[in-house]
Amino acid sequence: MIGVVLAAVRRDLLVALRQPGDIVNVLLFFVIVVTMVPLGVGPDRDMLRLIGPGVVWVAALLAAILSLGRLFAQDFADGTLEQVLLSGQPLSLAVLGKIAAHWLTTGAPITVISLLLALAFDLGRGPALALCASLLLGTPCLSLIGAIGAALTLGLRGGGVLVTLLVLPLYVPILIFGAGAVDAAVGGLSPQSHLMLLGGLSLGAGALAPWAIGAALRVSLE
Amino acid sequence: MTSLAHAGPTPGGSVLQAVELACERAERVLFEGLSFAVAAGQCLHVAGDNGAGKTSLLRILCGMLAPSSGQVRWRGRPIREARDDYGTDLRYVGHLNGVKDDLTPAENLRMWAAMAAQAQDPSRITSALQRLSIERFAAVPCGRLSQGQKRRVGLARLMLGRAAGVWILDEPFVALDPGGVATLNALIEERVRAGGIVVLTTHQAWQAPVEVLRLDLTQGPGSGPVS
Repeated sequence: MIGVVLAAVRRDLLVALRQPGDIVNVLLFFVIVVTMVPLGVGPDRDMLRLIGPGVVWVAALLAAILSLGRLFAQDFADGTLEQVLLSGQPLSLAVLGKIAAHWLTTGAPITVISLLLALAFDLGRGPALALCASLLLGTPCLSLIGAIGAALTLGLRGGGVLVTLLVLPLYVPILIFGAGAVDAAVGGLSPQSHLMLLGGLSLGAGALAPWAIGAALRVSLE
Repeated sequence: MTSLAHAGPTPGGSVLQAVELACERAERVLFEGLSFAVAAGQCLHVAGDNGAGKTSLLRILCGMLAPSSGQVRWRGRPIREARDDYGTDLRYVGHLNGVKDDLTPAENLRMWAAMAAQAQDPSRITSALQRLSIERFAAVPCGRLSQGQKRRVGLARLMLGRAAGVWILDEPFVALDPGGVATLNALIEERVRAGGIVVLTTHQAWQAPVEVLRLDLTQGPGSGPVS
């Protein structure tokens, strides 16, 4: 059982390493969007501190959406997805592995980079760590929920726009608790309750999303 | 050679059985009331014009497409219930090769075996690549191989697995050179002699290496399918 998950992780990481441009583009997009904002609104420190958490989180959502395209589309186009489906192994396990690999190549680097970007918004040490922690706990949920949208729109024309419209509204709670955790830290409060909610969302999505994604993929492959 | 159109499930025997299958695509009935059985050591050639429903039938036999009515049974059990059993025995080569362009042929086979929870014996993978004459390219990313070479990588999957399994091949000869066609014919012959089941479609003039059952989907629905 675990072997199938690990095999999927290993395979997708290997494929991602062979075409590093895909990952780098998404991360560059994230960095550029975030750094554009201080340039646009000017160097008012109080204002930057106020909007910083929201900006980083919105950019993380958009970067996650941008990277969803490669999650299943290539496997669908080259036929490896139908081979996985026919292997008789539970599809949800392979899906879980693919999402883990997706998180390792988008959510994890975004979490690390956010520590640097916190400087651009003059976030202190506490809020910067809160930002990092909120992304660490929240980005897995972005990958999991995004994968449902990617699976449902697989093979459709104009699927890219559709998946954005489908998934972004579902990201709202993650955005609220994620940015809220940092806001609390900026205001000198403990971000703990927000972080626990984020972790809970990710765990819940981790338990339920793979089944939904597996079912959606079966429909898309018919 | 004949096969009973309504053969009952034979416990223990490896029989791929279609029971009253019907398929509708785009509100058109492709076939209905289609029943047949392919027993161990038999090869079924599905014939028919373009759009007759050959690919749909093969996808139904794989379990990828749900028939609008009827069911497919493997060793007497509906394949929807016996997914993991059937998955272990089934090898499908369709219009897509199921080969990742970024990985080498050896990596492709290894990763497929790992994800399908099949035994990953490196020597078997090497011998499969040798048999399909692509061992020279074992370290080249598949994206740089030709269409025919990629098809050979997809076909190499057939050689990893149990002898008594089912091969479902949708136009497997496409893109193959004469040498490749001969190799595939030899593989089919060996498999059938070893008690495997092969179901295939092809539009090319095919010199079947073994005696085949023929199912023509053009003849119209409900006809006694196998001759």
